[in-house]
Amino acid sequence: MTRATLSAVLLAVLVLVALTAPWIAPHPPSSVVTGAFADPSAQAWLGGDSIGRDLFSRTLFGLRHTLGIALAVTVGAALLGITLALVAAIRRGWLDMVLGRLVDTLMAVPQIIFALMVLAVLGVSLPTLIGTMIVLETTLFFRVLRPAAGDVAAMDYLEVARLRGEGLAWTLRREVLPVLMPTVLAEIGIRFAFAALFISSLSFLGAGIQPPDADLGGLVRENALAITVGKLAPLVPAFVIALIAIAVNGVVDGFVRRHAIRPELLP
Amino acid sequence: MSRFSRYLMARIAASVLAIVAVSMIVFIGTALLPGDAAQAILGQEATPQALEELRNQLGLHLPLWQRYLAWVLAALQGDFGVSFSSGRPVIDLILPRLANSLILAGAGAAVTVPLAVGLGILSALYRDRWPDRAIGTISMLLLSLPTFLTGYLLIKIFAVELGWFPALSMVRRSTDLMGWIRALTLPVIALTFVASAHTMRLTRTAIVAILSSDYVMMAEIKGLSPARVILRHALPNALSPVISIAMLTFAYMIVGVVVIEVVFSYAGLGKLIIDAVGYRDLPMVAACGVVFSVVFVSLNLAADVLAMLANPRLRLAA
Repeated sequence: MTRATLSAVLLAVLVLVALTAPWIAPHPPSSVVTGAFADPSAQAWLGGDSIGRDLFSRTLFGLRHTLGIALAVTVGAALLGITLALVAAIRRGWLDMVLGRLVDTLMAVPQIIFALMVLAVLGVSLPTLIGTMIVLETTLFFRVLRPAAGDVAAMDYLEVARLRGEGLAWTLRREVLPVLMPTVLAEIGIRFAFAALFISSLSFLGAGIQPPDADLGGLVRENALAITVGKLAPLVPAFVIALIAIAVNGVVDGFVRRHAIRPELLP
Repeated sequence: MSRFSRYLMARIAASVLAIVAVSMIVFIGTALLPGDAAQAILGQEATPQALEELRNQLGLHLPLWQRYLAWVLAALQGDFGVSFSSGRPVIDLILPRLANSLILAGAGAAVTVPLAVGLGILSALYRDRWPDRAIGTISMLLLSLPTFLTGYLLIKIFAVELGWFPALSMVRRSTDLMGWIRALTLPVIALTFVASAHTMRLTRTAIVAILSSDYVMMAEIKGLSPARVILRHALPNALSPVISIAMLTFAYMIVGVVVIEVVFSYAGLGKLIIDAVGYRDLPMVAACGVVFSVVFVSLNLAADVLAMLANPRLRLAA
């Protein structure tokens, strides 16, 4: 099996586990079943967390949260970012310039710092969290797709489309988007992996999903103390985050090679 | 005015604009919140008279734009207000933390830049052969590892099991050189893991572009030895991108330290902003955010400008 196939299988397993978490988890995520940081046992396969909840069950639910948020953010940002990039490339003019400036400005600030500031002001909740991440990810979609769409929009067949009187929505969906599809799909994959790492970092820093719910980053935060007494509790969810990123990046890498997208275009 | 100085002015203007935009977002966001600074300082039990008095004192009755200007003018003089949670001037708390973060990021860059640039050049020289593939696979793995996984693994192995280094990187003003080295070693290794992949990729792309240029092909056609082609023809032109990449790596590190500082309990600016977000100590969050942005934007600007200065063609043609 190639690396891309292996990655795809791994990704499929992770998604399946996330979808079926409520049925396959041996315990509810919030019930205390063993001692704090207890060693693995028949009762709790990966041991207990900081207050004796089942780490295995909590990791399954954490995976569900992490993948769910990464998906919501990626879908939202992809719709917004791709539309804006393509409209800007087709229409040009003041809209293109304003969007370009706005994106440049947002990208000039480190993303995690921007997110922390916005979340500190607005307060951390699921909508503000997802909204903030969508704004940041939209700028990255725009940054990659605007130049690519510009190349397509400058081609002769688009002049023909304009002369035929095709509308903006039609031109966007039927003339420009299909040509860009490989780049768009690769970018969606990269952004998904990034979103999963980003929400994990925010939750790890305490500015993400709030207790008692926990995504994988939140689980690392909750159990961080265990590491100094030699327990592995925080490493389990952290390792699952790495698996998500490795699986997604592996799939994207295979896809990029097959479609001969110039890797320099990707971050 | 030469083209270069015109370019320089435009870049500086764009950087300043970015920082102004950030400060406005933060300031307006803070101002629109229910409950104002007076409430936050005096707490819920404050009498209305005391609140009113403090509001007058803080100028909270003035229009938003006047308050923003006053805030910016004070900030330019180093006055970021008073921390809600500790009651001390924000700037006094920030400066030592900023120094600690710069030390950590600087040490990280000093290790990462030679290592990752070297590997990136190696990867470019052997492109599409096994060293390139191996380095490419490793860098993809590194990009997939969350920072805290690397950090906690290092703590587990080198602090808890082997006991070579402390698990918490505590530093004080009285810490001696050995103490600093012991405290910084694990965080610097973790930073290197985080940033190397990025730097290797940038270097590889830049060097591949040089190696596939016409004049390198010409040198090869002339029959020069591969060593001479690389050392005398390719590398001098690599100086400009490598300088730029070194600065970008440093900028990347400044942000990378946030998670690392929390993992290792290192008293830097990242830990400070995270604690401030936890307490919703808004003057502190705003000041840390602005300082982070200024450092980050300046380093990016420096990367561009140094790259231009190191390359005569860019310097003259821009």
